[in-house]
Amino acid sequence: MSYFRVEKLVKKFGGLTAVDEVTFEVGKGEIFGLIGPNGSGKTTTFNMISGVYPPTSGKVVYRDREIQGMKSHRICHLGVGRTFQVVKPLGRMTVLDNVIAASFSRVNSMREARGAALRTVEFCGLAPVREVLARSLPIAGRKRLEIARAMATRPELLLLDETAAGLNPTELVEAIELIRKIRENGTTIVIIEHIMHVIMTISDRIHAINFGQTIAEGTPKEVAANQAVIEAYLGTDYA
Amino acid sequence: MKKNLYQLILPAVLALLPMAVKSEYFLHLMILFLLWVVIGSSWNILAGYTGQVSFGHAAFFGVGAYTAGLLFQHLQVSPWWGMALGGIVAMLIGLPFGAICFPLRGAYFALASLALGEGIRHIATVAEGFTGGMMGIMIMPTFTSKAPYYYIALGLAVLSVLSIRAIINSKPGYYFVSIREDQDAAASLGIDTTLYKNISLSISAFWTGMAGALYMNYMGFIDPNVVFSLHDYSVMAILVAIVGGVGTIYGPAVGAFIMVAFQEFFRTGFFGLFDYLGKATGSPAFTALSGAVRQAHVLGFGILVIVVILYLPNGVVGDWEKIKRNVFRINPAG
Repeated sequence: MSYFRVEKLVKKFGGLTAVDEVTFEVGKGEIFGLIGPNGSGKTTTFNMISGVYPPTSGKVVYRDREIQGMKSHRICHLGVGRTFQVVKPLGRMTVLDNVIAASFSRVNSMREARGAALRTVEFCGLAPVREVLARSLPIAGRKRLEIARAMATRPELLLLDETAAGLNPTELVEAIELIRKIRENGTTIVIIEHIMHVIMTISDRIHAINFGQTIAEGTPKEVAANQAVIEAYLGTDYA
Repeated sequence: MKKNLYQLILPAVLALLPMAVKSEYFLHLMILFLLWVVIGSSWNILAGYTGQVSFGHAAFFGVGAYTAGLLFQHLQVSPWWGMALGGIVAMLIGLPFGAICFPLRGAYFALASLALGEGIRHIATVAEGFTGGMMGIMIMPTFTSKAPYYYIALGLAVLSVLSIRAIINSKPGYYFVSIREDQDAAASLGIDTTLYKNISLSISAFWTGMAGALYMNYMGFIDPNVVFSLHDYSVMAILVAIVGGVGTIYGPAVGAFIMVAFQEFFRTGFFGLFDYLGKATGSPAFTALSGAVRQAHVLGFGILVIVVILYLPNGVVGDWEKIKRNVFRINPAG
């Protein structure tokens, strides 16, 4: 059986079908890219996987277990972590406290949680700012904090939602490094990204959607050459 | 080192106070202060740390008081047993209420808490056969001296503040603050937000109920308008925390001291200043002013809160550094 898959996932908001029968499979240890123009339903797909809201229909299967419709906190405990595209720092807590709060999902004592959080903060390169209030971090730091917090819940499957958006070229290189490091740790990653350079470099396979529907899937090379993908991004006039 | 010294001196002063000060009136004020430490800290763990603002803490206070009073009246159980039970009954009132409100977000909990407080007040008024209605409940105080009550109130205040401090510095505390800061992020970190909001409410209701039961024991008389009072308890709990510092461990204790002192300041006509002036000058204007001031404490609270929100938005404890800098001219850098 597959490690993780979504089957005919549908989400309707009133009359709008945001995600329409999207199906894909992710293998263990893979970096799987999810691309599509703005409003194509990528984040909605993530929200259904991570339990922010249930799908209208369809299945989310993680390690042979259907998790669609479960509450976010239970999905987290099953080993699925996520970051938010619109970053959600716990503003009036320090960076370290943000990560400690996340570490408590796996341990109960303060000592263990702090120890685990210190390691995660170090791993994600946030050690120099660990005593800073999360709300005073610049955007690159906030994106990193999103990753650090998700990592502190010790996910086996990590959903990264546009963690590279808004970063400058130096920060981009660092972000790519960090994502690779996370994969080397044995974490499977599904990543949404608009920056083609990032998604094309790190993904093993890419799934493209437009208006909620699948338009292509394959290796980065195959997807980049796909006519439907080019049309979706550039419009039929320029494709 | 300096901090440890304070931590030794303050409890010692509080413990020895009834031996040094024989004034019953002063001890009465101290007991009120200690009760407000408990109520303010309880409100604070729910609203200040977990972000669930309650406008109905009078419900928990009153239910605690009535539990102690009714147990004595109907079953002749010592109201001291009622103290332990008062907290538990308040918690039980809170649970179904939290279970209904907490899956929702936004202002629902705040609005429903207002309704809870007022609703229970009406029930206590109408259910005359059980509660005695507007006649209230009267019990004979156990002690004639105020000192024993002082020590019990002190014990309750210390226990509640220390236990809340321990909770805040552990897993539930981190979860409470995470929920306050961002519920979606909290849920994504494996936090069962509904469960932890309920835990916070239970702790808050428990200590408030204990304070209510102690009030019954101490005052010997309660009626629905006294213990379920919206402005005397529900709103006062909020003011105590705001003045002292919402979301700080010791803020409500400091706020309790300020508010009790402030209330007494007005209630006595600026500690008898106007009466004295009236007598000294023989002018009826001062006597009239004295009467007006005595009734103006609510107005005084309003002004105090506006001043605090304008200049110390994080309360006295939350903005302590700012106070040190601007009032005492202490510059940490220089």
